[in-house]
Amino acid sequence: MTVLALMFGLGLGYAAIRFRVEGDPMVDKIDAVLPQTQCGQCGHPGCRPYASALAEGSAEINQCPPGGEAGMRALADLLGRDPMPLIGMEDDSAEPSPMVAVVNESTCIGCTKCIQACPVDAIIGAPKQKHTVLEDYCTGCELCLPPICPVPECLTLRKVKPTISRWKWNLPLAQETEQAT
Amino acid sequence: MRRLWNFPGGIRLPGFKQLSNSEAIRNLPVPERVYLPLRQHIGAEAKPVVAVGERVKKGQLLAEATSFVSAPVHASISGMVIDIGEHTMPHPSGITEDCIVIESDGEDHWYSALAPLADIDNATPAQLRDAIREAGIVGLGGAVFPSAAKLKPPRSIETLIINGVECEPYITCDDLLMRSSAEVVLRGCLLLQRILNAGQCILAVEDNKPEAMKKLRFALDIMINADEPGVKAIELVGIPTVFPAGGEKQLIKVLTGQEVPSGGLPYELGVVCLNVGTTAAVHDAILLGRPLVSRIVTVTGSGIKSPGNYRVPLGTPIHVLLDAAGGAEGEAELIMGGPMMGQRLTTSQAMVVKGTNCILVNKPELQTMQMPCIRCGRCANACPMKLLPQQLYWHARGKTFDKLKRYQLDSCIECGCCNLVCPSHIPLVSYFRYAKTEIADQTFKHKRSEESRLRSEIRQERLERIKREAEERKARRKAARSKPKVKKTAHPAEEDASQTQEVSNG
Amino acid sequence: MTEYLALLFGTIFVNNLVLSRFLGLCPFMGVSKKLETALGMGMATAFVLTLASASSYLVNTYLLQPLGLEYLKTVAFILVIAVIVQFTEMVLHRNSPVLYNLLGIFLPLITTNCAVLGVALLNVQSGHAFFGSVIYGFGGAIGFTLVMVLFAATRERLEVADVLPSFRGSPIALVTAGFMSVAFMGFSGMV
Repeated sequence: MTVLALMFGLGLGYAAIRFRVEGDPMVDKIDAVLPQTQCGQCGHPGCRPYASALAEGSAEINQCPPGGEAGMRALADLLGRDPMPLIGMEDDSAEPSPMVAVVNESTCIGCTKCIQACPVDAIIGAPKQKHTVLEDYCTGCELCLPPICPVPECLTLRKVKPTISRWKWNLPLAQETEQAT
Repeated sequence: MRRLWNFPGGIRLPGFKQLSNSEAIRNLPVPERVYLPLRQHIGAEAKPVVAVGERVKKGQLLAEATSFVSAPVHASISGMVIDIGEHTMPHPSGITEDCIVIESDGEDHWYSALAPLADIDNATPAQLRDAIREAGIVGLGGAVFPSAAKLKPPRSIETLIINGVECEPYITCDDLLMRSSAEVVLRGCLLLQRILNAGQCILAVEDNKPEAMKKLRFALDIMINADEPGVKAIELVGIPTVFPAGGEKQLIKVLTGQEVPSGGLPYELGVVCLNVGTTAAVHDAILLGRPLVSRIVTVTGSGIKSPGNYRVPLGTPIHVLLDAAGGAEGEAELIMGGPMMGQRLTTSQAMVVKGTNCILVNKPELQTMQMPCIRCGRCANACPMKLLPQQLYWHARGKTFDKLKRYQLDSCIECGCCNLVCPSHIPLVSYFRYAKTEIADQTFKHKRSEESRLRSEIRQERLERIKREAEERKARRKAARSKPKVKKTAHPAEEDASQTQEVSNG
Repeated sequence: MTEYLALLFGTIFVNNLVLSRFLGLCPFMGVSKKLETALGMGMATAFVLTLASASSYLVNTYLLQPLGLEYLKTVAFILVIAVIVQFTEMVLHRNSPVLYNLLGIFLPLITTNCAVLGVALLNVQSGHAFFGSVIYGFGGAIGFTLVMVLFAATRERLEVADVLPSFRGSPIALVTAGFMSVAFMGFSGMV
């Protein structure tokens, strides 16, 4: 028996070296599902650290509001966990509408504080020049708002204007009280 | 007799065509104002080339196309541009988009610079296509795809199909067009034949339109007897009346027996399909030099006093059209399109656009209660695309969107056959529309998040690089200071050069 | 030849490991929420089962019996199975990390899967030759995978169906498993 066990042990050791796995591809897969707003609302400094925490198992899948319910479900599928209501949205409230930041160019003083704060470089400008937000790249993470911006009423958040091509239909009403999971 | 095939599923519907097909097309009097959206087509929005306050004439270019899949917008009446701003679009959401508003000057003058294409007989297909593009012609059957882009397929075309089927109940605009302007339609077919160089052209009409068939046959025979070039390739075919035989994919199956591959387009089979209304517009654009500024709209239903067909300038507010047809009765429902595939409108303040083939005004009916699905499978029998509406329903309801892709939700043409046959009165198409827009939204958000990730990674790299370079500079300066005192060089600027100022971000 | 076919048919349908002998219920309930995971698990178990069946036969015939150590067969079989499962885990972690993470704890649990040990011991009990043991193990594995896939497909449909709130999830799944078991009883007596 011992001989048998020793032989098998050697075989396994060889296999462990031969089939070694570098890094953790799971984190990449989780990161691909996250919305990349880099806002920090999950409690981690960015999306990648949250992905690592999820892969380790030290974070829950309902901590990401920008990902919405769809994001939470995608994480649930990927990680094989049960879906759970997002933090702050347990009472089935509607999904928040997407917001983008807007600079009031007439009051902007060109201090570049917001440019430095933006985690995805969505604000362009230079010192002493007017700044402006590139709407296509802004994720609505709110990191640039006052107190970062020193001018009152200069940097505000506004709703993205709905267009027909991005308009969403609702579920037919009768069935909205409903389906668990 | 041409051999015809059947397409799977489909249902026979009562036509209700007699409500609006007994009278000739009436011309709508010039409205006071027209609201012309910059996007009345699939593709990129058109860009205005006129300014507020400018006087324009009918047919003048107001906004130019901005990409290959885009179409220009022309003035549909003469008058003054009083606004370029947001107005309610004819869409169930009631969303507003940019429109050019023209106030009529009471007259109806065409733009004087309009002229038919010079030397039509020797024009190349590319020139004909350009004329079509500049005329702002899009698919008038409802899909509003820019026709010039459709007429430039990446491969050779053997069959051109002209769709005069009009399978949806209530709608009769194409019927009346074929009856009143049969020769225009046929000459349009000849022009399209030339552009595509197709071996055959099939003009398909449903057999519930005997008058239209007769008129087309008569006009075609005259042209054949006159030995006009290319006319022998046109074949007039009557097809059985089944809904939705007028759907592009279904019509191709009926006429050629071939199925358009899932996710593919008809040109892959060597077929291009265009509506008769589009064909007539092509004739007007090339032979008369007139851009697309009006269309025939059927106003019908149980809630309208005098139903019929009207030639309407584009951009006419719908309430103007309804008033001309005798007015809608009280609480009537307003639908743009037919009863099967039309969209409910919440307001008659919206306008007639290039894709408006019918305004259906029906007295409100008792709502039937939605009951649970009994898994009878009638919907699958009725589906003309051979899909499984029952499975699509369960998964749309349960929000398992990856399964919907597997069940080919993208192939659903939203014809409404499943809705009609469901014994539990489940609004299946509403579920599919919900799922389609949810999936589109998720795909869009995913793309955006990929871009955001890339940008944030680049930013991280940049910050680290700046930090690294600052530290290197500090180390170098420290090393230089600790070296034994060297003779002061004649180039004190040497040290400054290594201190390039960079706006350090963060 | 026919006896091997009969053996195969028997282990897949008549004496199905999960539905007739009620072995291997842990992964059956635990991994069958999604079709892809169920298929992956089925394949992994199939791999382990066939190999384990073959190697345990070899160990028993050429090592234990000559040395008169049959009473050690349970321990020896467990050792063999554990090694094979470890090996499978390593291969899976490298080739399909998603499946590896999805299967999670159930992958090493194949070691304690009574189906695997059961097949090994049943082989000894029924006294098959080498080829017979392999067929037995392979057939059992196919039957296990078949039932896993059928059950996973049914569960996926149940998840979006209108089930009473108190029955959603495991309860309705167990009821379904009971129905499937009764259905497979229809095969009894065929071989």
